[in-house]
Amino acid sequence: MSEIRHHISDNLLTAYAGGALGHPFALVVAAHVSMCDECRARLEAHNAVGGALLDDLNEIKVSDGLRDAVLAGLDDDFDVAPAPVRASGVYPAPVAEMLPMGRPKWKSLGLGTRQSILYDGPEGSARLLYIPAGQAVPDHGHNGLEMTLVLQGSFHDETGGFGVGDVQIAYDDLDHCPTAGTEADCICLAATDAPLRFHSFVPRLLQPLFRI
Amino acid sequence: MLTDKHITKHYGECVQDGHLAQAFVLGTASGKSLTANKKSAALSPQTEWLLSVRDGRDRQAFARLFDFFAPRLKSMIMRSGISAAQAEDIVQDVMLTAWRKADQFDPSRAQASGWIYQIARNRQIDILRKERRPIPEELSIPDQDNEDASQSLAFEQEAQQVRKALNGLSAEQRQVVEKAYFGELSHSEIQQETGLPIGTIKSRIRLGLERLRHELKELR
Repeated sequence: MSEIRHHISDNLLTAYAGGALGHPFALVVAAHVSMCDECRARLEAHNAVGGALLDDLNEIKVSDGLRDAVLAGLDDDFDVAPAPVRASGVYPAPVAEMLPMGRPKWKSLGLGTRQSILYDGPEGSARLLYIPAGQAVPDHGHNGLEMTLVLQGSFHDETGGFGVGDVQIAYDDLDHCPTAGTEADCICLAATDAPLRFHSFVPRLLQPLFRI
Repeated sequence: MLTDKHITKHYGECVQDGHLAQAFVLGTASGKSLTANKKSAALSPQTEWLLSVRDGRDRQAFARLFDFFAPRLKSMIMRSGISAAQAEDIVQDVMLTAWRKADQFDPSRAQASGWIYQIARNRQIDILRKERRPIPEELSIPDQDNEDASQSLAFEQEAQQVRKALNGLSAEQRQVVEKAYFGELSHSEIQQETGLPIGTIKSRIRLGLERLRHELKELR
């Protein structure tokens, strides 16, 4: 794998450690960290900060029954956690876990571009995008934050090039037109907290239909 | 037995005389184990207890961990506006998860407090949102029979540096940092707090990066 050059920013990593990041973005962070030792080390360092803060917190007495209940629970059988899901093909474990049959259910967006929605909820959406080699993703801006993690191939846009493991963090000021590299079809994990605004390709009115 | 405060004070003195700080930087820069200043190096009592749980299923050590962390976890969880009763349910779940997953604890990559903090954030989100929080793929469990004690001590010392940085913050800065790490600030709010919390701590975190990366590579 080529070296990862685009990482998760510290504010996003801190929000992830603290548990404040919405589900779709937490998925991108977890997927990137699965692929990137540097960000894993950074996340673990953030956890060390969280632990130091926990140590210093004022204590709030727990009820007497809680201690007994926990100590009695040590002998309980517990559901042996299923073997942790591992990466499957190009899909890192946190993504693989969300694929029903181990592979995405693709839906065509036209011109060979496909998507597979992994999550759609009040906190935004996460989807896989499949863009044929050399092809452009429709020109779009966003209303909020968009994170895009490359799982296969590459893409480039006005801000630079992104290869496998790279994550692009785009705020609403970025109006960009990403194009897949010619060496392979590009597969990305993309998370947004607001609907994308496409300038062409799919008329605005149809956006709710496609959920893009 | 030394209490937490004693140990912090002890480390504080070591850092002030410069030896530990120097050894620390050298150790991280080369990625090699840190052997200097052995007498000042010791794992925190909580980390020792967790290791006794991991290696010997030691119930007495577990009870000590409970007595130390349960009231702090309850405090952390209640900050999110959760009732005392529900907070205790989550504390129970976190402590039992720690007992059951203790074999995954690696003292060269975490202290007990950071490890339990992470479990608590995961479980709180899982339980309150009723959907599993996405977490990174776990690395393979290291060979515990050949654990390199110097790496654990090196991590312990780095964690002390983080604590020192935290203790150097003003009350106001400290409050912002706590809010960020206890999930009370969104990512954009954290970004707007430029310079204050993350900036101060970041340099300390960076010091530990090289060594942690080195550790992680060995687990691949």
